[in-house]
Amino acid sequence: MGHEGDGVPGQSTGAGATDPPAGFVSCDETIERLYYYLDGELTEQRRIEIARHLDLCGPCVGAYGFETELRKLVANRCQDHVPDALRDRVARALQDEGASGGD
Amino acid sequence: MADQEQFSDLAMEFMPALYTAALRMTRNPSDAEDLVQETYLKAYRAFGSFETGTNLKAWLYRILTNTYINTYRAKKRRPEIADVEDVEDLYLYHHLAGDPSAGLGRSAEDEALDRFTDTDVKSAIEALPDTFRIAVLLADVEGFSYKEIAEITDVPIGTVMSRIHRGRKALQKALVDVGRARGLVGASDEAR
Repeated sequence: MGHEGDGVPGQSTGAGATDPPAGFVSCDETIERLYYYLDGELTEQRRIEIARHLDLCGPCVGAYGFETELRKLVANRCQDHVPDALRDRVARALQDEGASGGD
Repeated sequence: MADQEQFSDLAMEFMPALYTAALRMTRNPSDAEDLVQETYLKAYRAFGSFETGTNLKAWLYRILTNTYINTYRAKKRRPEIADVEDVEDLYLYHHLAGDPSAGLGRSAEDEALDRFTDTDVKSAIEALPDTFRIAVLLADVEGFSYKEIAEITDVPIGTVMSRIHRGRKALQKALVDVGRARGLVGASDEAR
């Protein structure tokens, strides 16, 4: 779902009258590309467009902040302690492997 | 060409990350431990084919993922469907906010997010179908790039992007479901 707020001023660079101003992206486009932006997977040009939109649009910044927090939550709440027994087991298995497989 | 003697020095530091991924994949500690051990053994045996200077962590994940798919997934035969047609962008954000048109402060949703526990997040991830779970794990828990994930899972980048996209939507839906069960996500006027 988009929201109202498409009144972000774009910068005219002399594009034809029917083209959207260069550097202008709507809220819908911003939300659509938000994950690629967060992933660092946009072209430099796109990245700048989204960053510029986020500088000026409160609702989109709210969504951006939330998705950033969610990403951290997923990464941080998903860590597990390796049992010592597993470390020992793997170390031993590798040792055995080296002993039998070596020449 | 990598030296087997160096293997332990280089590879052991990735065990916490590999174990975490193995737990989310297999959904149980005993299988996860077996999967990690098998991964290390296979990696050790194949270490001669690892190109020194390339990404060892991604290489280990590739072995882990393939071993999981070939050994563990075959037993379960879960359907590979992520039904996310009805999940719009910002699904969780809107659900935690209650009424998105009410102009809430940002911190309301962020605070609601903090109330999700480790168990909540883990169960939500584990609720996803395999393909999507692996994509989300690699992208959001491990922070691999699309290109690295494409190499780890042996699929084109476009497929990776689609799996991550659908996987994240499915995860948001699962988090809303978990949140509902715990009373964190409620009727729209609860988000005050």
